Amino acid sequence: MMKQSKAKFFSRSGLTSLTWFISLAFFFPIFWILLISFRQEKDAGTFPPKWLATFSFDNYSSVFQKGATTFLLNSAIASIGSTLIVLMLAYPAAYALSIKPIYKSKDVLTFFLSTKFLPPIAALLPLYLILQHLHVLDNIWALTVLYVSMNLPLSVWMLRSFLKEIPSELVEAASLDGASTRTILYKVLAPISLPGLASTALICFIFSWNEFLLAINVTGFHAATAPVYLVGFVTAEGLFFAHLAAVSIVVSLPVVIAGWSAQDKLVRGLSLGAVK
Amino acid sequence: MNMNTKRGKLAIVAASVTAIVAGVFTVPAHAATTTINVLMVGNPQMKDLQSLTDANFTPDSGIKVNYTVLPENELRDKVTQDVASGAGQYDVVTLGMYDIANWGGTGKLKSIDSYVASDSAWNKADVFPSMIKGLSGADGKLYAAPFYGESSMLMYRKDLAAKAGAVIPLHPTWQQVATAAAKMNDPKNGVAGICLRGLPGWGEQFAPLTTVVNTFGGTWFTKDWKAQVSAKPFNDAVSFYVNLLKKSGEKGATQAGFTECDNAMAQGKAAMWYDATSATGSIEKAGFSNYVGKFGYSYAPTVKTAYSGWLWAWAFAIEGASKQADSAWKFISWATSSKYENLVGAKLGWTAVPDGKRASTYANADYTKAAAAYYKVVLGSLQHADPLNPGVQPRPTSGIQFVAVPEFADLGTAVSQEVAKAITGGQTVTQALAKGQKLAEVVAAKHKA
Repeated sequence: MMKQSKAKFFSRSGLTSLTWFISLAFFFPIFWILLISFRQEKDAGTFPPKWLATFSFDNYSSVFQKGATTFLLNSAIASIGSTLIVLMLAYPAAYALSIKPIYKSKDVLTFFLSTKFLPPIAALLPLYLILQHLHVLDNIWALTVLYVSMNLPLSVWMLRSFLKEIPSELVEAASLDGASTRTILYKVLAPISLPGLASTALICFIFSWNEFLLAINVTGFHAATAPVYLVGFVTAEGLFFAHLAAVSIVVSLPVVIAGWSAQDKLVRGLSLGAVK
Repeated sequence: MNMNTKRGKLAIVAASVTAIVAGVFTVPAHAATTTINVLMVGNPQMKDLQSLTDANFTPDSGIKVNYTVLPENELRDKVTQDVASGAGQYDVVTLGMYDIANWGGTGKLKSIDSYVASDSAWNKADVFPSMIKGLSGADGKLYAAPFYGESSMLMYRKDLAAKAGAVIPLHPTWQQVATAAAKMNDPKNGVAGICLRGLPGWGEQFAPLTTVVNTFGGTWFTKDWKAQVSAKPFNDAVSFYVNLLKKSGEKGATQAGFTECDNAMAQGKAAMWYDATSATGSIEKAGFSNYVGKFGYSYAPTVKTAYSGWLWAWAFAIEGASKQADSAWKFISWATSSKYENLVGAKLGWTAVPDGKRASTYANADYTKAAAAYYKVVLGSLQHADPLNPGVQPRPTSGIQFVAVPEFADLGTAVSQEVAKAITGGQTVTQALAKGQKLAEVVAAKHKA
């Protein structure tokens, strides 16, 4: 008995240590970026690293002097806007594909997935030309629409998985009580599927916030987003690691805050549906 | 406040959004009547320009300048998209000499000849003839105004050379450089004898390497478009470069481009570096380098030619589709003027001046005092760089470290990848260049036809 509990203890300790090791290994690059963001350029690229170099806030102050706020705001508009639209469209679509499957719902799902088969780079030229002819190049609302189309198929699939977990008896009971489809969707199912909605929203937000290919190609000055601003600090001549690290931290913060503020729902959501 | 409570989290999210919005609405308003969009590469001199425009150009001209700053490769893609499609998102685009050779005369860029002729303050006579030549199209028209120019030179640590007993003349040969590198190579203390670009890329590895090829008597193509990549002089040059890197070069050379070598010099991890003259802007800058004032400078090393430094300029051109061409020129005229150089000197220091394009810069006592260690070598290198005759034989196009045809970017990058394999020992230089020869023959056949 003693032997068994000892083995259990070591197995638990081993797992805990392994978890800590993996967590620290994942966190180390972020810690490293944070560390060099407070360094002068001459100390940022040293190998082996200098742990006790001069501490400075200069890199952070220069980030905002160079107009980061406009880019951050553009990212916020495109990410939040596209996420809201995606949720508005994907939630009823997921209902129609899971709770009360429509005719040929499997074909519809396959079609949604097929839109992700084409690499985005392959669609770039026609997209660019369409936007040019519509006179909406460098337009934040056009970028928002592109992000909606980018995230919609995945969101439908994710929300469908969450909704399929809900017992069908619940919907049947609501129907028997005379609830309309809208009432079932927004008053019966929505509160239960909140973790799923939150995790889908967060993933859409993260994908949109970090998206680079479309942003750099279809925006210019007015609609450029945070990743475009970030890459502007990369130079072929001169040192830039410390500045780039500071901008990376600033650009990553909104995603970190969003993830952290929704962490309870995110964990519940991700462990319930799509990745179950 | 407990940050893990719902209220705490909400407060932080709200504070973040407020900070972003507040930042946007506190941006100062400009009394500008016209706005132009400028696409610019993210080099330090351009970032200085960005920081000085609102306070110094806009109030005088009434022109607000919106900058989009991108790294070199992304900039080229963006320029190609915007210029080729005629989208006209940008009034002014930043182009290098190689790009001008490809775009000039296609009708996609406006010639600036008429603006230059009517703008006496810009003073064309003050601009180096090599710059005017390099920024003109095949039709002889000028398509861009140089913002800064550069050649290549050898930079070395004087203290390490003295300690190792290495002699580095003002006009060294590559053999002398190899001898000095071997003497200064100190792997035990983590100091490479020389740092050279090994990172694949036509503008990375093959920028310095093509100048080595030129001075060894090689060329990419003959005047009548015969590919020469596997010819003996080309092979000798690449073999020399690869052996020098293997014997006295930096560790992980195939990952080292300008930035990595710049960092190595600033950190004292390399004793010599052959690269762009504009590197002085960082290795001689406090806060960037630990060895300010300890560097010596020599001309680009040679073998069969008298000089072998490259020639490059980042320049501003007006897009053919721009509807604000006059305002665009006003901006270009200001940014590339000696008046702007004086402004940078006064505000940011004389070593930050975007130099290498005007004779007057090198007659300015403030500048020559600040750049005393290197300005004569830079000036001499720029004056002797000849983009039409950079080697020992006539060439089919202009360009010292590049061949001015659109296919060269892909060709140079593909061959550099093969050379990188030779540096790491994956194949011999002869094998690498045999593959390169086949690729070059395809390009040659196209242009021969």
